[in-house]
Amino acid sequence: MPDLLQTVGFSPIRKEGAAKVLGQAKYVDDLSFPGMWFGATVRSSIARGRIVSITFDPAIPWDEFVIVTAADIPGQNTIVHLTHDHRCLASDRVNHPDEPILLLAHPDRAVLPAAVAGVHITYKELPGVFTIEESEAPNAPAIWSPAPADHQHSTQKNTFKTYLMESGDTSNLDHIFATADYIVEGEYRTGAQEQLYIENNGVIAEYSATDGVTVHGSLQCPYYLVHALELVFNLPEEKCRVIQTETGGAFGGKEDFPSVIGSHAALLAMKSGHPVKICYDRAEDMAGTTKRHPSRSRHRTAVSKDGKILAGEIDFALDGGAYATLTPVVLSRGTIHAPGPYHWPALRVRAKAMATNLPPHGAFRGFGAPQSIFATERHMNKIAKVVGLSPEELRRRNLLGIGDHTATGQLITDTVNMQHLLTRALDESSYHAKRAEFARTNPSSPIKRGMGFATFFHGAGFTGSGERRLNSLVHIELTPEGRPQILVSATEFGQGTNTILCQVAAETLHLPYEDVLIAQPDTSHVPNSGPTVASRTAMIVGKLVERASQSLRNTLSPYLPSTSETSTTPYTPAEFRSAALAYLAEHGTLVASARYEAPGDILWDDESYRGAAYPAYAWAVYVAEVAVDTTTYSATCTDFYALQEVGKVLHPVLAKGQIEGGVAQGIGYALYEKCVWQKGHMANNQMTNYIMPTSADLPPIRVAFEEIPSVHGPFGAKGIGELPMDGPAPAILNAIEDATGIAFTEIPLLPEDIFERMTSTPESGSEDLEPTNAGPYFSETTA
Amino acid sequence: MTQITLTINGETKTIEAPPMKRLLDLIREDLHLTGTKEGCGEGECGSCSVLMNGELVNSCLVPALQANGARICTIEGISTKGRLHPIQQCFLERGGAQCGICTPGMILATHHLLEKYPQPTLLQIQEGLAGNLCRCTGYTRIFDAVQQAILKTQQPTNN
Amino acid sequence: MRSNPSHYELTTPATLEAVLDILASDLGPYTPIAGGTELMVALGAGRLATRKLVSINHLQELRFIATTPETLTLGSGTTFTDLRKDPVIATDFSLLSQAASWTGSIANQNRGTLGGNIVNASPAADSLPALLAYEAELTLVSARATRTIPYAGFHLGYKKTILRPDELLHSITLKRDFREYAHYARKVGTRNAQAISKVAIAALARLKDGLIQDIRIGAASLRDRPIRLTATERVLQNQPITRETIAAARAALTSETQPIDDIRSTAKYRAAVAANLLEEFLHQLKP
Ligand SMILES: Cc1cc2nc3c(=O)[nH]c(=O)nc-3n(C[C@H](O)[C@H](O)[C@H](O)COP(=O)(O)OP(=O)(O)OC[C@H]3O[C@@H](n4cnc5c(N)ncnc54)[C@H](O)[C@@H]3O)c2cc1C
Ligand code: FES
Ligand code: FES
Repeated sequence: MPDLLQTVGFSPIRKEGAAKVLGQAKYVDDLSFPGMWFGATVRSSIARGRIVSITFDPAIPWDEFVIVTAADIPGQNTIVHLTHDHRCLASDRVNHPDEPILLLAHPDRAVLPAAVAGVHITYKELPGVFTIEESEAPNAPAIWSPAPADHQHSTQKNTFKTYLMESGDTSNLDHIFATADYIVEGEYRTGAQEQLYIENNGVIAEYSATDGVTVHGSLQCPYYLVHALELVFNLPEEKCRVIQTETGGAFGGKEDFPSVIGSHAALLAMKSGHPVKICYDRAEDMAGTTKRHPSRSRHRTAVSKDGKILAGEIDFALDGGAYATLTPVVLSRGTIHAPGPYHWPALRVRAKAMATNLPPHGAFRGFGAPQSIFATERHMNKIAKVVGLSPEELRRRNLLGIGDHTATGQLITDTVNMQHLLTRALDESSYHAKRAEFARTNPSSPIKRGMGFATFFHGAGFTGSGERRLNSLVHIELTPEGRPQILVSATEFGQGTNTILCQVAAETLHLPYEDVLIAQPDTSHVPNSGPTVASRTAMIVGKLVERASQSLRNTLSPYLPSTSETSTTPYTPAEFRSAALAYLAEHGTLVASARYEAPGDILWDDESYRGAAYPAYAWAVYVAEVAVDTTTYSATCTDFYALQEVGKVLHPVLAKGQIEGGVAQGIGYALYEKCVWQKGHMANNQMTNYIMPTSADLPPIRVAFEEIPSVHGPFGAKGIGELPMDGPAPAILNAIEDATGIAFTEIPLLPEDIFERMTSTPESGSEDLEPTNAGPYFSETTA
Repeated sequence: MTQITLTINGETKTIEAPPMKRLLDLIREDLHLTGTKEGCGEGECGSCSVLMNGELVNSCLVPALQANGARICTIEGISTKGRLHPIQQCFLERGGAQCGICTPGMILATHHLLEKYPQPTLLQIQEGLAGNLCRCTGYTRIFDAVQQAILKTQQPTNN
Repeated sequence: MRSNPSHYELTTPATLEAVLDILASDLGPYTPIAGGTELMVALGAGRLATRKLVSINHLQELRFIATTPETLTLGSGTTFTDLRKDPVIATDFSLLSQAASWTGSIANQNRGTLGGNIVNASPAADSLPALLAYEAELTLVSARATRTIPYAGFHLGYKKTILRPDELLHSITLKRDFREYAHYARKVGTRNAQAISKVAIAALARLKDGLIQDIRIGAASLRDRPIRLTATERVLQNQPITRETIAAARAALTSETQPIDDIRSTAKYRAAVAANLLEEFLHQLKP
């Protein structure tokens, strides 16, 4: 008999879904507090220099405004992430365009833009650096140095962080390279990417001398902001309260950045004595907030003539922007994912993150892994070509299997079979059949079609010892009505946190999904269950919810009817409720908890960069079909197939939605989304000019799962949030190589780039397409 | 300031506002209907979509005075007495709403599409929704929701 | 929102005549606003310089499509949606209905007007190459006078036109002469939908005995204004479609265009793709 209360593996309606489709969900800009003012930010117009003077346009009635400068900060002028180098407001010098210098508040939102324009700042400009190459050049100006409070930093100029990850027989590296049949080298690059959540960053802050600071906002990690506020206001944790409002997309873009805008609004609230709302408009959000780190990867690989990888050297570099923010962690994840799901007998990865005078780059879904995986998966195709094997066969000879060790020395115990995943993916995507067909049709067609794929894995949870440090805590309480309510700082921003955590609790408590509640994340009420990042919510927080639910059930067991252990329905929902009410009548309240316990076999050494980097990995093979139009040089992804092993799928509809959304962002990353930088300022900071895919630009995205339950997550679940960002870009560029014969190495790959290569490569497009007189006659930027 | 009279979700209202105020702000600030969202303010994202005299428009690009005398329908006017419209029901069931910020606009665009083409092809759906950007879903589940809504709205209803 | 709307004035005179009177008065200058899909973007971005606006969106006098057996006349207030729906445009002027269909999104097409597209005078505007190919005539009205001019002479430079401050664009007239012509239109934008064109071509041609008897090519984003590629047309006139003519036409196109590098594309790319589009059209023409 099917269990009517079973919810895990089914797709119940999203918890906050009805409010969303009715337009009733309240996002931060939908809220208004009595006496609320509005805030705005005055930003630097140059990339690097000293502030010489600040004057105020006399035409503006400044007495109506509240103005905050760095001098008004009661605590430290620092936005704390991992380091203390990032100032809350610039005071004497600026290090990137659009850096916040002054804050303004006024009761009337409409007067703020003119006031911002009425603050005139002059600078003594200093030379800036805008790329990894400029930053690492021996004669580069020193544009960044660590804050005195930070000890663990690199001593190299302009360098936020370096890692050295070595695996296998590295002492013998030179010899292996000297004797290998082939040495394959390649350089690969990825660009910055805007998260482009459709709801911009926004917060409302309140201040009271007795209660401290309260910030309501669109954010992922309430406790990150709490800790930032503690420092800026010099207040204890209990006087810094953060409440997450409904959040209209985040993707990492509301992980570290809310610490900035939240602190700003709180400073204005303190000085004005009013609640203050700051909601950026699109142009400000795009120009002023974090992006995905641009990267450069250099691979050098020793390979035998039968296609076995013998040794590798990978240099991985990130452009971190002007301040460190979360860069060291992004670099770490990128480093650990650089080897991919392959066996490396000897490997050395050198990684570094460089400072530039761009706005600080920050978290974005994938967190460094999409960058390094792009390089590795392109490089695997290059190796295949050099050795004379198919991309498939080359991978088959090097893929990790059960019992192998990853490059960090972690023993693969997951019962995953990448060989099988690869077979299934290529079959179900008709990879071979389509390649054969395209080989026939391409020669006579102006549209060149091709197939490509990527094989990869993505670690779930914080890297290495991260989860131990986070030491997450989860509560489940009983409401006065006897309903269980989950208390976590894990936030919902579209991925389905509310829903899957309630499913886990419902299934564990043998209750209908509808009976379980989840509280709005409010740090005065919910414990710190860690940030909502790193594909950790389902696996890590979900497991804690499962354990807390078990504990709740155990506590209530004396009040529940005693049934046999084997019964699938030990009690009815009504019996649970009366047990809960009976308990409450006797004891007043009930809060059950669970705290993270590191599995005994998950050990990591930060010094040597070795050990179990993640408790579990999601494994995937993504296959892309592309069409390259030789009339317009544009590449389109025409079909996409995504197969992954992510443990038990808790909610198939949400899980597919996550994969599809991630693939769409990955397609944008590969083919459309380019940040155009002009002296560090994002010049295309409008949705019109930053091109994300519309509904008419995406192929059918076909999603398939293999479900092998993992011991680490609730009911066998692992994380899936970031995985789908990793595969599309390399799969697409591999497909473009298949279609055109041209090995592109850089994303975003725009038609202009394809044009340059197609028309400069002798074997293709031999016509002389050089325009004789191409001159800048007009500016179209305002067209 | 100018007097602007319009019918919003069936109710006639008169408001004093600057004539060049964006209809979007009039709806959100003066009429206190916050289901209509601002994603870009440049006509690009469709989060601010409303129906104006039955036509889909971006309310961030409509001066308030041009809506004088118009019939406006926002997301709040799509459901009847808290009962979900079939389109809303399908978005809910099919996973068409993730973070939900694009959803009100997406539902209005769908409504407009199904008025125009009761049986749209996938291409027509793709075109009809191309002015509504969604960063979460990759649109697949939205197409699915719309196709489900086609079936549902085909069934005779009593409204 | 980077402007303060209370700094702007907007009036809605009831009739065309009243609008023209306001434009002619010394209370101005007034800027007409039709669908607002250009001006409201400027307002939102804080770069709408003009403070006095007069709405023409509600004027039924400007929103019409009139056909005779010889001509089609479009009121300047015709929206892109109106254009797409009209059966005569679909059959006789498919370049125009195609251009309308790829202008912005459905919501933009419901509001944006052909008149606004013309007067806004963006070099990247989508419907203008078609109007050039069809040799449209414009009727301009003011309180003082009405004048009819060939559209080809309307643009003076980047976003500059011959329109006087007291004038409105009243209507656009096309001759229904193109049934025998092959039509070609292609827009290369930044993506498939809701895209600003990097380069676009709208062209018409008629062949007789294997020779190009008449050819008209309109193009966007290749100069500071939408242009007719007259030098290219001359090269092709009375020619058969051979490798040589195609090469000569490509060279002529290159010589008469001056595309630019900007945040959306590069000059080299635009020039090359424009030539490719032309070549694609010529191949399609081959008997
Ligand atoms: C998101 C978005 C996407 C877009 N995509 C495209 C696209 O793909 N292709 C494209 O070509 N355009 C596009 N546009 C631009 C715009 O929609 C068109 O240019 C449209 O035709 C403008 O018409 P309107 O009536 O809305 O203009 P308005 O903004 O009302 O006016 C534009 C200009 O024309 C003047 N004007 C308008 N009518 C008259 C008249 N009758 N007499 C005298 N002056 C007049 C106004 O004073 C103003 O200077 C897009 C715009 C947006 C916001
Ligand atoms: S806010 Fe109006 S279209 Fe984006
Ligand atoms: S659901 Fe988040 S933008 Fe569409």
